[in-house]
This record gives sequence, C-alpha cells and structure tokens, in this order.
Amino acid sequence: MTSTISNQVMWNRLISVVEEQAQALVRTAFSTSVREAGDLSAGVYDMKGNMLAQAVTGTPGHVNAMADAVAHFIREIGEENIFEQDVYITNDPWKGTGHRHDITVVSPAFHHGKHVGFFGCTAHITDIGGRGFGADANDVFEEGLAIPIMKFAERGDVDKTLVKIIRENVREPDQLVGDVYALATCNEVGQRRLVEMMTEFNLSALDDVATFILENSRRATIERIAALTNGTATGEMTIDGFDKPITLKVRLDIENERIVCDFDGSSGLDKKGINVPLVYTKAYACYALKCAIAPEIPNNAASLAPFEISAPEGSIVNAPPPAPVALRHVIGHMLPDTVYDALDKLLPETVPAEGAGSLCNFQVSLRPRMDAPAPPHARRSEVLTFNSGGAGARPAYDGLNATAFPSGVMTMPVEATEHAGPVIIWRKELRPDSGGAGAHRGGLGQFMEVGAVEGHEFDFSAMFDRVNHPARGRRGGLSGAPTTIARSDGEPMRGKGKQFVPHGEKVMLAFPGGAGYGEPKNRDTASVKRDLARGYISAETARNEYALSESDIESVLAGAKNGEDIK
Amino acid sequence: MSDQPARIGVDIGGTFTDVVLEIGEKRFSTKVLTTYSAPEDAILDGIEQVCGKSGVTPAQVGRIVHGTTLATNALIERRGAKTALITTQGFRDVIEMRTESRFEQYDLNLVMPEPLLPRQRRYTLNERVGASGDVLIPLERSDVEALADTLKAAGYESIAVGLLHSYANPDHEQMVRDVLAAKMPDALVSLSSEVSPQMREYERFNTTIANAFIQPLMKTYLDRLLGRLQTVGFDCPVFLMHSGGGVISITDAAAFPVRLVESGPAGGAVFAANIAAQHGLDKVLSFDMGGTTAKICLIKNYTPKTARVFEVARSYRFKKGSGMPISIPVIDMVEIGAGGGSIAHVDSMRQIRVGPESAGSEPGPACYGRSGERPAVTDADLILGKLDANNFAGGSITLYPEASEKALTTHLGATLDMDAETTAFGVAEVVDENMANAARVHAVENGEDLSEYTMIAFGGAAPLHAGRLCEKLGIDRMLVPPGAGVGSAIGFLRAPFSFEATRSIYMRLSEFNAETAGGLFRDLENEASSFVRSCDADSDILAEHKVYMRYTGQGWEIPVTLTAAQAKESNAETYARLFEENYIALFGRAVEGLDVEITVWAVNATTPPAPVNPVAQADTKGAATADGKRSLFDPALGKRVEGPIIQRDTYETGQTVNGPAVIVEEETTIILPTSRTAIRAADGCIDIRKA
Repeated sequence: MTSTISNQVMWNRLISVVEEQAQALVRTAFSTSVREAGDLSAGVYDMKGNMLAQAVTGTPGHVNAMADAVAHFIREIGEENIFEQDVYITNDPWKGTGHRHDITVVSPAFHHGKHVGFFGCTAHITDIGGRGFGADANDVFEEGLAIPIMKFAERGDVDKTLVKIIRENVREPDQLVGDVYALATCNEVGQRRLVEMMTEFNLSALDDVATFILENSRRATIERIAALTNGTATGEMTIDGFDKPITLKVRLDIENERIVCDFDGSSGLDKKGINVPLVYTKAYACYALKCAIAPEIPNNAASLAPFEISAPEGSIVNAPPPAPVALRHVIGHMLPDTVYDALDKLLPETVPAEGAGSLCNFQVSLRPRMDAPAPPHARRSEVLTFNSGGAGARPAYDGLNATAFPSGVMTMPVEATEHAGPVIIWRKELRPDSGGAGAHRGGLGQFMEVGAVEGHEFDFSAMFDRVNHPARGRRGGLSGAPTTIARSDGEPMRGKGKQFVPHGEKVMLAFPGGAGYGEPKNRDTASVKRDLARGYISAETARNEYALSESDIESVLAGAKNGEDIK
Repeated sequence: MSDQPARIGVDIGGTFTDVVLEIGEKRFSTKVLTTYSAPEDAILDGIEQVCGKSGVTPAQVGRIVHGTTLATNALIERRGAKTALITTQGFRDVIEMRTESRFEQYDLNLVMPEPLLPRQRRYTLNERVGASGDVLIPLERSDVEALADTLKAAGYESIAVGLLHSYANPDHEQMVRDVLAAKMPDALVSLSSEVSPQMREYERFNTTIANAFIQPLMKTYLDRLLGRLQTVGFDCPVFLMHSGGGVISITDAAAFPVRLVESGPAGGAVFAANIAAQHGLDKVLSFDMGGTTAKICLIKNYTPKTARVFEVARSYRFKKGSGMPISIPVIDMVEIGAGGGSIAHVDSMRQIRVGPESAGSEPGPACYGRSGERPAVTDADLILGKLDANNFAGGSITLYPEASEKALTTHLGATLDMDAETTAFGVAEVVDENMANAARVHAVENGEDLSEYTMIAFGGAAPLHAGRLCEKLGIDRMLVPPGAGVGSAIGFLRAPFSFEATRSIYMRLSEFNAETAGGLFRDLENEASSFVRSCDADSDILAEHKVYMRYTGQGWEIPVTLTAAQAKESNAETYARLFEENYIALFGRAVEGLDVEITVWAVNATTPPAPVNPVAQADTKGAATADGKRSLFDPALGKRVEGPIIQRDTYETGQTVNGPAVIVEEETTIILPTSRTAIRAADGCIDIRKA
C-alpha cells in the first residue's frame, strides 16, 4: 500500500519535473515564439521511448508528435551509441513536430552511470533559412535547412561542424544556436531532478513507476471511452486553402475501449506549404477528443493510445515528404472543428460551435525603403506575431473573445513587438459584431493595423484562413464574421502568402469571429443588453438578430454613455 | 516600564485581525475577528486589548504600522470606485484581451475572469508615442478637454490613464492629468507612467486601473482609521506596510494603494528575515502554512527575494494566468492551495489529490464535528497522531477522530482499498509533495540549491508539516520561532522604511551611455529617497541599485545588483561581467557572441535594517521533560513510532529533544520526525536539525 503512495508521489514529481524543464526553456530561449508565446513542449520518457509525462504548454500540436519522437531517435541513433551527456537533435517534420521551424532535442538520462530514460523538448524557432516562414514554398527543400536525427553533442562535446553548418544557413544564427543550447539546458534541468528523485526513492530504474503511470492512465482513459455509447458519425468542413478551397472529412467510431478517427475523403496535397504531416494531424485530432472526453487525464503514451487517428497517405492531412509543410498549423488548427462536427452527432451538448480555428499569425520582413533614399536608422528585421480570432460559442457559454483555440499560445505585448523591430501596430482591439449570433454568442474577433517605422517598407507574410469560409454555427447559431485583409490605400490583399507593402502604407486586418450556438431568439435579454452596453454588438445587431425593442436599445445606450454595466 | 516608546503592528487578515504591541523587550499580542464592514473597529478593539495587557497608554505609543488584505480583497471582489480608463486609440481592449490564451488547455467550458472595468468605461484618445519615446501622433488638448466633459457628465470618481509606451515618454499622460485637474478637480487620477512605469501594456494598464479602482475606498478607510485613532488619543504617526516588504507613509499609501496588495504576507517574510538575521542564517526558505494556503519565500542575506510582477485574484484553482497581473515591486512568494482545511479526493486515475478547495472554518474539516463530511488535511494529521483530539487550539476545540476516519475511508479508502491510516498517510504525503514541488521549482527558477538552506516555519499548520518537508527537500535545519501565529504583524515592526522606484529604458551594452545611466540612477534614487524621507527625517538612507538584463532577443530579464560605486562609475564592461556571472549562476552557461541589453532600472531606498540581537548558540542542558507519550506515524519510515510530548512553555533554553517527538503549544504543534533532533535557542526558537 505504501508503495502505491510512493508511486503516486513520483508521478506527481515527474509532472513537476517536466513543467520545470519547460520553464527553463521559456526563460532561456531567444525566439519570441517560445519566450513570449509559449510555443514549446517538454517531456520525460522511459527506456523504450514511452512518454511518461509532458508539460502542459501552449501547443497541443506537440502532444502526440512528442510522444512518437523519442522512438525515432532510439532507432536512428542506435542503443549501442547512447552515452552519458549525449544530446540529439532534429527538425525533421515527419519525425519531429511537423515543420522545419520546430527543433526537437532529446537527451538520454543516466543514473549511477546507467541509462534510465530520456528527456525531450521542442521549440519553434524564428528562422531556419530557405524562403523564410510562410506558405510560399513548393517543396520542403525550399523551407530551410534540414537537420536529420543526429548527435548535437557526444559525451558532452558539441559537434562544431554541425554548428558551423547551421550558422551559415539561417538568418539569425546567434539566436538559433542560443535556442539549441537552451533546449539542451532544459533537458539537463530535467535530468538533474530525475536523478534526485531516483536517489530519494532508492530506484535504479524507472520501470515500476512507468508501469504504474501507464496502467492507471490507460484504465482511466478506457473507462471514459467505455462510458460512451458506441456509434459512428461523420463530419466535414471546407476552408480557404492557398488558391483553392480544401475540404476536411472525418469519420469517428466509438468502439468500446477505443475511438477511431479517420480522415478519408479529405482533399489531396496542396502545391504550397500548408500540408500537414500525419504526426501533426494526430496531435490536433487527439487533442480535440481528449478535451471533450478525458480532459483531466495527463498526456502520456497510455492515455493517448486509445485514440487511434489515421488519414490516407497523399491527403492534405497525411502529406509525405517532400511536400511543403511550413504552415501546417493553418490546416492543423482546423481539425478540432472538423472532429467536433462529427462528435456533436454522438455526444450532443458537449462541443463548441466552430471558431476562428487557425491562429491569425503574420510575419513582417522590414527593410530600408528602396523607392527613395532611406534614413540612416533604417534596418532589416523579421517580426513574427501571434494573434487570435474569436472562439466558438459553447452549449452553456458564449465563445471566448480573441482567444486561441485549439492552439494555446499567447500573444505578444504590442510594446514588446515594437521593440523587436521597426514595426508599428496601430490598432489591436476587439471587433464588434463579429461573433456569430446565437443563444450563446460566438467570441469576437479583433482588428489589427500594421505599418512600419518611417523610412521602412516591408513584405507581409499572411497566414490567415476563414476569408471565404467563416466559422459555422451549431443548432441554429449563426456564422461568425469572416477574415478581411486590405492595404490602407485600398489595394486588395490575399489571406495567404508574402505580399509587398510600400513605404507609408498599412495592412488593415479584421480577424474572424467564432460562430453562435443555439437560435439567437433564445438568447436571454439581459445578455443581449450587456453585449449592447459593452459594444460587443451594435444597435443594428441587437434589433435585427435579437429583436431587442427600440426602447430597450435606447435606454441601454443611454446608460452605457454613463458607464453603466449590465450584469 | 521602559522609556522607549511602544510600537504597534496591525495585520488585517481574512479571518483575524492580529495586533502586536512591543515595548522594550516585551511583546503583547491578540487576535480579534476581522470586522469587514468597518475594519477599523477590530483594530481599535485589538489595540485596546494589547494596551490593557501591557499597561501602555496611547501617549506612550510612538508608531503604528499597518498591513491589510483590504486592497487585495477589493480587487478579488471587484469592489471599487466608479473608474474610467483613458487609453490610446486602437487599444481599448488590452485588459480584456489579456494574453489571448486559455490558462487551462483542456477545459472546453473555460470562462475568463471579468476585467476590472467593462468596455464602456474604457475611453480612447487619438495620440501615439513610439517605442523609443518619439511622438508619432501628437495629443490635442482640445480632445482631452472634450473627453473630460464626457467623463464628468458620467460621474466618474477615479480615472486611470494608460497610454502606449508612456514609460518611455510620459508627456501625454501628464497633459491628460493637467486637463482632468482643471475639469474634474474632485476625481482621483492614476497615471501608468507613475504607478508602474514598465514596458508591457497589459500589466501596466491593469496595475494602473487597479490603483485607480481601489484608491477612493482605501483613502476613505485610511482617513477614517486615522480619525478614530486620534479620537482615542493616538497622535503617533501611522505607516503602511507595502508589498515590497517595507513601510511607507499613509499619504503615499493613499496615492499608490495598489502597493498595499499582499502586504500581510510580505510582513511574514520580513518576520522570517529578521529571525534569519538574529541567527546569522544567510540562506533561508520561509514556509507559512495556514488554513487554506501555504506560502514559500526565498530569503538571502536576510533579505526576502523580490520580483516586479505578480498575479492576484486567481479565479481557477490557483492556476497561473487565471488572475490579473500587478506589476509593482513585490516580495516574491509562491502561494499554493494547500492548508489544514484543504480537501482531499480521488481522481479518475485513482490518485489522491489535495486542494485547492478548502473546508474553511465553516464547516471545517470533518474532525471539527460541524457537519463537514469530506476529509481535509487536518483530518489526516489527526489520524496520523500529529494532533491531540483533546488538546487542539489550547483545548478550545474538541476534535472527533472517528469523524476523520469515516471521512477518509468513505471518500478515499473505499475506492483505493486502503485503511484510514494508510489513506491519511497518502493525503499527508500528497500535500507535502505538492508544497515540496512548488519549493523546488521556485528554487530552480532562481538558481538556488535548497540543500544549503534553513527553513523557518510559521503559521498554524506549518510546524505540523515542516519536518517532513525538510526531509523531502534535503534541508538539514529548521527553526520554529515563537509568536508564529502573529508573524506578519511582528514583521511589520521589523520592516524598514523603503520605496522602490523603477523605469523601463532600453540600453544595449554595445551602445552603452554612461551619462544616461548615471542620470537615470540619480533620478530614481531621488524619487525613491523622497518617499523614505517623508517617513523619517533623520535616518540614513541606503540605496540599492538594480538593473534587469538579458541577451538581446531574449524575453526574460534577470536581476543584476550593483554596488553604489558601480552604479555611479558605470561602464559597459562592469555590466557585462555582472550579467554573465548572474546568468551562469541561473542557467549554467553563458551564450557567446550576443549583445546584452538593460531593460529596467531600479533603485530601492531604505532605512537601515532593524538592529539585530544575535542569538548565541545555546549550551546543551540535558533532555527536556516529557509530559506523556504519543504514538504518531512517521512517513519517512512508513510506520508508527512512539515519542514524548513536550510542552513548549516549559521547554527551557538549551534542552534537547530527540525525534520522534511532539512539541505542543496553544497555537500549534511541532512534529519532530525520527530523523530530527531539537534544541531550544535563547530567543525561544525551536532549532531543529538532522540527527
């Protein structure tokens, strides 16, 4: 009995170790995406490469990918070549986490000279060379430097040749090399704590605690699935794609102790870099199912196993090499809404209406203006920002305004972004009337306006969807507002791809809203009044979608003018 | 009776208001129930009690120092004045959009906490300052005047002004204040460039709004308190404890009430720091555990570690990100939802989980016999023999072990197939492990090795768990000071007058400008000193200079402390060297080839620390006398052991006790595990070491 208690204590400890490992990475990383946005993950593994615990960070996209990664490393490095103080590395999209901008570092852990397990971590870096971060590549070779699974350090000695090659191939070499060291350091932090734990509990191997964790997780997950009624349902969703629409199709089977999720029938490969390696598809499909069915069970090899995800090779959600995949997130983030279209038919009143889905990210490549002499202070700079539209309304709650789902990354403060490069964010605020009407309203999207400091021009790399395919409502809820993008001089712009913005012009953006849930006429009047008072909706929407009376509209607006709120 | 004036410390907590009076070497204390509607009632009541006990008259009191959770509670309960925000056009929703992320990744029904101000109370002006402080769109005075008319018509009492990049150039914010002063002379105005001059708009705006929101409430309360004290004859100055661990004047407290947030726990850390100084301990982990939460703080060189930003009013299981950020100088404490009242349950993986839900004092743990049915940490402690059912809280509360047993077996043991004792062991191990994990993570984040630390444990539940915590953390020594139940209020009396002034100004070392740096430090020193001078006209004022630095491109700054000489004669090489030393201490290795930048400059002006009476090592004087025996469970051995009961009030200096043992007093019980041995120090601290 007391051994059960020590196993519990050790499980808690391992979860704490990986959280700490992730914190170490956040604090030492250079890429804005890691340090400000939380685009990283960290985990601990047993000797066979089974993931025992994973830090809860901003990226469900790393969930299964990380769970599979270490097995690839064991296979390719070879067990006989694993030494103390080794550090392994890759950015292979198919063996890591889906694109070359993610670097995965794995380190073996040793205790008393004996190999006992592994630590792994992944971070999104700002630049890996090639065309730069965007959808424009025609194959993966154009997307930057490839680092196959190999040793970054053997017995503590760093491979200087590799470092040299990396430095010559990327735009921000100091930062990238700094990030690789940060990844290695974060694994070291984990190892130190693991050794402390093994000493305290007098362990020579992790086998027993691994079995305890995996058995309990498996049983709990299976209990959750077994409690559901068996059944089959299909779902689908069409989205913008690069130049032609893409349809995502899914079939879900709840079968006793497992859930099978297959994407047969989805569109084929796209010519541009929005294709998705299967690891990433698995991650987002699995994340969606876990949120709805077993949210409190921590991620590990056993708790993920009962969710079986597949897709036909050559489809956009199982893109083989050398397909371009840099912006795999644009499609990947749409998978939960697709899965929920099917799951809603099996588990009513559980999942939200569709939301913005994909993060509304863009990269700005600034340079001194070329149409006229540039001032001496003008410089080149790359600035990446993470932004969110509105989330879908829930069966019992409104959608979250300007909040990422399914991704969990954070936005960067505007003041920090403007220190990172000569960019000016002129506007970043909520977009009224963008949340789909419903008994529960979709979350609001947001407005942004982006320009450059005097003397600069820039390329704007757009990564947006839902321009032509806004989020669809559920059970009578209405659609959210679509994405819009244009230049301040009225010149139209596309939702995806690199586009030039001349000196003095801005990019005017409106990010999509989430869709509504349930019929708008069933929305309670107090909520409609509150939305009107706060300016989440206009008087027109209150009148036309929710049939609020003229006298109510007048009195609410009069009160709002005096700052009165309606609870 | 001493000629020295008496000093009174007052801590308003959630349940109790603690009052401590010190005169010469003597200390008198009391606890009265907090009176929410008029907190000054409890203060006056408590002060009357300690004056009565000590025979001190109001005229003999030289100073009253006050700390309070009122500011924190007002933010948690959203009880504040009718407040407006004035911000830059295009940025109306900064405090509502937060970080655009979910603080709990797997909850589909997550609800965000409401922002302090709803959208219709947030107004904008057409103006813009750039990142380097340059004006991109000038502010028109007529626009401000028009807005002031609108705000006046709407009847706002307090106005927060938060404009983009105002930490780099406050001109526009100051113009807004000038116009408001003319148009709305009765309204209180908080400028973000004064309340929290830090880069990162969400933190700065929210802090400024929090200040404006609670300012009228705190100002009236402090005025009322002062009036009441004067009525009963206290003419001495009244000072306020601030979140950074120092004391400020009541006027400055009324101008920057947001600095009072978390002042109570800050007092606890100062209390521990003072004990550390008396015992000459340069590395201390303070551990304060009460009914609902536990707090942990690192204290180095007798100074609690500080931070620049923290989170209050967490709305979701103490989860990081579910509250709101306040960026002010603050003692860096980790708070965990783990206390005596924390409730245990079994999750779907058949694992025991403890807290953060708490049984509170009503109904309380099952053993209180007040119809609480779910098992709390106190129930586990009782079953394990850490508490005496017939002698809890000085015998004022009878405990019911059979109720604990039933709660533990019904809610946990039945599912886990464990008996009551094993279940209780599991609950205690889980809660201790939660606290140990938090302490470990905090230590690693600060590049510290806890095995070199001494623990100082206080608060009602801490001595019950501290011994096991030390075992888990590899800490060899701990002290349990006397008066631990009113530690915060005692800490207030030990706190120096202090104020920290900060400024966000970016400077790369490759473009280091000694003149700017020197000027900046001079300005900050003048600003900080003037606050301290207003409290004490004569004392020496010490200035601590600090910068926050990072490699260009990183997002986290690390604090780097400079000597006064280094701050005056600054050059880039010194900064580079100090940064590298600190970076290696935290992260193990430096990164070559990167430029380094300074992002924040800070000066903390403080009066010299309270004089310390060093405590000499006590001579060993034989074993303490046992007052009976008790059987208790030793978690490190995984079995029951039997040990003596020692009464703390008859435990003499120099006497030793070998674990296992229990040392009982009215306020709490110290559990001495088998692995530890204790000696009473001359100042009454119980000094516990690894045997």
